[in-house]
Amino acid sequence: MKEGAKYKMERFLKDSVIHILLIMVSITCLFPLLWMVGSSLKTQQTIFSDMSLFPRNPMWGNFYSAWTKGGFNMYFINSLFYTITVVSGIVIISSLAAFAFSRLKFPGKNIFFYMFLAAMMIPLPGSFVPLYVLMTKLHLVNTRIGYILCMINVGLPLSIYLLKTFFDKMPVELEDAARMDGCSRLGIWWNVALPLARPAIAVVVIFNSLNVWNEYKLATLIFSTKSLMPLQRGLMIFQGTHITEYPLLMAGMTITALPIIVVYLLMQRHIVKGITASAIVG
Amino acid sequence: MNNMRAKAVLQNYLFILPAVLIFSIFYIYPFYKVFTLSLCQWDGIAQFDFAKTFIGFRNFIELFQDKIWWGAMMQAGYITLIALTFQNALALMLALACDRDIKGGNIYRVIFYLPPVLSEVVVGLVWKWIYDGNYGLLNYWLTSAGLSSLVTDWLSNPKTALTCVAIIHCWKGFGWGFIIFLAGLQTIPRQLYEAAKVDGASGWQMFKNVTMPLMVPVFILVSILTVLGTMQVFVLILSMTNGGPGYHTEVPVTRILESMVGSSRFGYACSQGVMFGAALLAISFVQIKLSKYMKQA
Repeated sequence: MKEGAKYKMERFLKDSVIHILLIMVSITCLFPLLWMVGSSLKTQQTIFSDMSLFPRNPMWGNFYSAWTKGGFNMYFINSLFYTITVVSGIVIISSLAAFAFSRLKFPGKNIFFYMFLAAMMIPLPGSFVPLYVLMTKLHLVNTRIGYILCMINVGLPLSIYLLKTFFDKMPVELEDAARMDGCSRLGIWWNVALPLARPAIAVVVIFNSLNVWNEYKLATLIFSTKSLMPLQRGLMIFQGTHITEYPLLMAGMTITALPIIVVYLLMQRHIVKGITASAIVG
Repeated sequence: MNNMRAKAVLQNYLFILPAVLIFSIFYIYPFYKVFTLSLCQWDGIAQFDFAKTFIGFRNFIELFQDKIWWGAMMQAGYITLIALTFQNALALMLALACDRDIKGGNIYRVIFYLPPVLSEVVVGLVWKWIYDGNYGLLNYWLTSAGLSSLVTDWLSNPKTALTCVAIIHCWKGFGWGFIIFLAGLQTIPRQLYEAAKVDGASGWQMFKNVTMPLMVPVFILVSILTVLGTMQVFVLILSMTNGGPGYHTEVPVTRILESMVGSSRFGYACSQGVMFGAALLAISFVQIKLSKYMKQA
């Protein structure tokens, strides 16, 4: 009996130490974000003197000013547009290819599939230089379609891999039944494979949405017109020109980060799946 | 019959056609071009191919003597070293803590993965503001704590700038390592721990003899991905220091971009890309070899 009590005590102490460590790291994770939101509610006068986390008189008007004056409404709509178009493009194109790699027969199938796999493992950081040259030649620089195509390309390999492994595990019987009923291959892809692959598609959608929303490098290379730029790019432009207007900058950053945080909190299970899957390929 | 089968195979190709087409144009063609362009001198403006001059390996010879380039490589290496040790040790420690049946483990997981989902621009700008020399929170706290001797302009001081950026890189990255480590730990069968406990193994012995050997593949994976990811750090640098002060926080990708956009030397930029890519592949290769050696030992 005494032994048990001692064991319990030890366990309790150990757990407490672990909790303190975990809570400290959690605070380190959350604090900068709270500081960002808090600062976005201060005024230009108080931001340098008021060091409290949340000001007593929150200036919600800062968000309105950033939205209209900083052009964040334009950037926001652009980001939303790019995210939706790129992700739908990726889902359609990669699921078609993954379906073929998993179910259909044609010569050279493996070569094509390994080509996509290899792209995920071989780093070539300088390839954006010729990519830019190519885009110029094709008159795709500073166009929405050029950026969308580039971003679809970025997301393809991993999405094809994820969907192919999912299709491989799916039972063939349903598809056979559909084939008996005279369904074409395209019909099977649309009516049978896609609906069944919903969990995998959810991972692809969320993972790519985060990627597109947060993308910066290609947006810098491709866009020179402000009205075409996504949020991340707009945010950098804004901080360059309004370097001293910290409350507005912080409001803009909150506007940029908030959708991601909300989506993350709602979908975190799928996101974690995507992370582990993507790491296992690489 | 034969004709119909041929038609069916052709139709099968149509399924992968869009993917292959986009991939060939936006990945394979630039990939090939980076090598050929790296042997040319070209300002990128002249559209005609005869404006490119073939100069052999002169770009590479110049690159070998480019002190700023090697400085950038070293600085990226420094950030990577900190990420490999500090960030991954922290990630592993937290994963071990959450792998026990601890209360609220799920909440911690959600919080730790928050920094990795944020964009590098947002992360960089928030921390730039906290580090700010005049109005930053860090200096304010240091002064309030009576440590005003430590107060400095963190991101403009050549002595502190790189380490400050490296720390933020770890802040953003440890949650990612944590998730992978945790996923790896959860695949270890519980019976193994129970068996070890029955045999009277201490916590440290269990970690050393049960956890460690089974986690080797995960360690390799995380370390390779950490190197590849950290060496190519770029947006965080851009939003925090833009390579300054001087060249103290320049990294390879900022140098490639500078050659391309800043000084319009597209050929030179490509040679930097090729050398950097080769270096990354070589490091990954060494890591894989090392890990195989360690597995046998």
